[in-house]
Amino acid sequence: MSISVNHISKHFGAFSALNNINLDIPEGELVALLGPSGCGKTTLLRIIAGLEQADQGDIFLKGDKVTDKPVKNRQIGFVFQHYALFRHMTVFENVAFGLRVKPRRDRPSNEVITKKVHALLQLVQLDWLHDRYPDQLSGGQRQRIALARALAVEPSVLLMDEPFGALDASVRKDLRQWLRNLHHDLNVTSIFVTHDQEEAMEVASQVVVLNHGRIEQQGSPSDIYDHPVNAFVSRFIGQTNVFDLDEHDADWLQTAGILNPHQEGKIAHVRPHDIIIEKSTTGKAAPATVKDWQHLGALIRLELVKNGVNGSTAHLFAEMPNDQFKELNLNRGDKVDLKIRQAHWFH
Amino acid sequence: MNTIPATPFIASKKLTLSDSDWVRYALIGLTLGITGLFLVLPLAAVLIEAFAKGWSTFSASLTHPDALAAMRLTLLVALVTVPLTTVFGISAAWAIARFDFRGKSLLITLIDLPFSVSPVIAGLIYVLIFGAQGWLGPWLSEHDIKIIFAVPGIILATLFVTFPFVARELIPLMQEFGHEEEEAALSLGASGWLTFFKVTLPNIKWALLTGVLLCNARAMGEFGAVSVVSGHIRGLTNTLSLHIEVSYNEYDFVGAFASASLLAALAIVTLVFKTVLEWQQKKGLKAARQPVE
Amino acid sequence: MPQSNIMPGFRPAISLTLVYLALIVLIPLSAMLLKSMQLSLDEYWAILTNHRVQASFRVSFGAALIAAAVAAVFGFIIAWSLVRYTFPGKRLFDALIDLPFALPTAVAGIVLATIYEPNGWIGKLVMDNLGIQIAYKPLGIVFALIFIGLPFVVRTIEPVLQELDTAMEEAAASLGATRLQAFLKVILPNILPATITGFALAFARGVGEYGSVIFIAGNMPYISEIVPLLIITKLEQYEYAGATAIGMTMLILSFVLLLLINGLQWWVRRRSGQL
Repeated sequence: MSISVNHISKHFGAFSALNNINLDIPEGELVALLGPSGCGKTTLLRIIAGLEQADQGDIFLKGDKVTDKPVKNRQIGFVFQHYALFRHMTVFENVAFGLRVKPRRDRPSNEVITKKVHALLQLVQLDWLHDRYPDQLSGGQRQRIALARALAVEPSVLLMDEPFGALDASVRKDLRQWLRNLHHDLNVTSIFVTHDQEEAMEVASQVVVLNHGRIEQQGSPSDIYDHPVNAFVSRFIGQTNVFDLDEHDADWLQTAGILNPHQEGKIAHVRPHDIIIEKSTTGKAAPATVKDWQHLGALIRLELVKNGVNGSTAHLFAEMPNDQFKELNLNRGDKVDLKIRQAHWFH
Repeated sequence: MNTIPATPFIASKKLTLSDSDWVRYALIGLTLGITGLFLVLPLAAVLIEAFAKGWSTFSASLTHPDALAAMRLTLLVALVTVPLTTVFGISAAWAIARFDFRGKSLLITLIDLPFSVSPVIAGLIYVLIFGAQGWLGPWLSEHDIKIIFAVPGIILATLFVTFPFVARELIPLMQEFGHEEEEAALSLGASGWLTFFKVTLPNIKWALLTGVLLCNARAMGEFGAVSVVSGHIRGLTNTLSLHIEVSYNEYDFVGAFASASLLAALAIVTLVFKTVLEWQQKKGLKAARQPVE
Repeated sequence: MPQSNIMPGFRPAISLTLVYLALIVLIPLSAMLLKSMQLSLDEYWAILTNHRVQASFRVSFGAALIAAAVAAVFGFIIAWSLVRYTFPGKRLFDALIDLPFALPTAVAGIVLATIYEPNGWIGKLVMDNLGIQIAYKPLGIVFALIFIGLPFVVRTIEPVLQELDTAMEEAAASLGATRLQAFLKVILPNILPATITGFALAFARGVGEYGSVIFIAGNMPYISEIVPLLIITKLEQYEYAGATAIGMTMLILSFVLLLLINGLQWWVRRRSGQL
């Protein structure tokens, strides 16, 4: 294991930020720590880095226990949320910093440093900015310099705190792809913190979902999306319709093609794309009515009103490809039949 | 009452509303009047009075042995107190801006305390400890150590009145800058000292210089506290401020104002540097706060 | 007790800070406290109820109060002009505001006395035209303390005025308020707390001020003798007990003022939603 987190707990006063966290990350993975704000993900990252101390538990990096090692001896690369570039140093000096502060016997010669820094700047495609100062750079450029600076010390693990958090939506998209490719080339075990599930799914090879200081689920993006272990994960990852059987949804679900729902659990989560829509042939008894729809590019999101549940006006969402929607030729107020392809059941 | 600015050159850029002309001229007039009467005029008067009897009297006053001794003592006091206050200010700012601990706000209040204590009391407390009738007075006279009515007393009183100067400049700035850059340096393997010298110090240097300058101005110009502990011994325990008082009370106005002009020049230099430094510091902060696009 | 924080150097920094604080400030101040506790309550009372002592407290606090009030008004006008208007030499005037901070008090003292004495530049003008003598009277003390207090007010109001969102005034105007109404109902409530803080700071400094006052005050017992001068006088007469009692009383009053200022700032910040 490249990174092992054993029974880590951390309190801030009465607030329990992390509660007995156990996590193993194999060599070469690109892991996302995903969760809502305040779930403890940044604290966990900072504890792994040694920027914060845990109340209990141990951290192992490449099999070495580093719990009591100060951050400077942990051989980690850390990319800060707001980059924390040294304002008074040029881009070149920022990247060179980690090499220049090594003890004299380990310090590379000036030539080696120069060569290495330029190589790193070329890696992040910003060598032409080497004599600029951080405040002359755009956000995306700063972010890549921060990454180059962290990589300069050849870290055994790379830790990134909300690496795309401070960027524009368009820049963010590009950088995600770029980071994925970079990780593929360098193959250094990496963890990044994010609250954006889309980002986690798109970039990471492994996703760890955290909530209230606990790990809810760990797995590959498809694992987590297709087999959420609990209601929190299911709701947090992607969109979902929630049916609570205590609220008389059972009868309604039977009309949508799910029989004997009580056998599997109390709450059903259904992804919008798992709902198949057909124009109703049964007229008044149809389970749903079209209220409105939105174009999401290739997909159409339909907003439906459930019919026949004690006069309630609960909404649900369904998604279908654009051309299929055109074929159906639906209008607002049309009654529709639905078929639920798959549901996740929770207690 | 609202006038729409006629041309963009006259109106302040960000205001679409502005005060009517007469209000504006009246307030600007008052501002110039008050500053002129209370600040510019006194400054001019120092120079005019110093040269009232010509250059030769002015230079004779400044080269008088008593004046020279006062200058030497003033420099000595500043040379001892400014470094001490600076080292204290840096360590206090480091502890307060970088760590959370119980009693932090009490500590900040205590550091500010000397600002709100009358300088005369600052002198008095040392007299009560080291004076002839003070707690340590008998022991000191037995061992023939002089603190009150001697240079050590002057230095102690100056240390008291300059106490908060550097810390006050650094604490808010370091809190505003945050510690991400220092954490970055540590994560890259830098030691604590190296982090301080290579990352912290460059970020706070302008504020530190401002604090040192203001501290120096106060150390060289302190009057009340020093007056209590000095004993006004000519050529020995008179600082420039005290020399001014003695000359003035002896109706040697040119002598008093000649020394005063030196201290006034120091004040001007301090103000100029302070303005430039604050400008530099704002530039640094602006860069730090610049939104990331 | 530091939070578990990886930043190095807490122990040496806090130790140095506390030791230095104790040596230079706390131990000397407590020496005065101990000395004053050697006095019986009756002795203490006798010193404080002495007419000359009481007169000096009246002079010090009265002059400081009036001067701080005047400085508050002047400071408001200056801060307003500096923030809201442009005029030639504005930056120079802005820098000059700090002069009383930087100018040694002895220099300020002799130059103010020289200008405002009955034969001085301004003093003569006022004496001849209005028949009012400034220097060597309580009025002289007020003038010196206005000089000292002015930057406290200006520097407290200036940043608040700069941060004040002018959109609020535009909103007031769009709702039909006149400029005066906008000033009274929108601007003033936002600036008032800072003005009060500046006033309090100027007042606190004025009460303890010595150097800039004694040359212009005339120092007549019962009329224009300030408390700090009385302390020095007592010391010169080796009346340590008297000096200590007066000094202690002043120190307690300064403490109360400091607490009030801190409380005021806390209240202001809470009201403006910064806490």
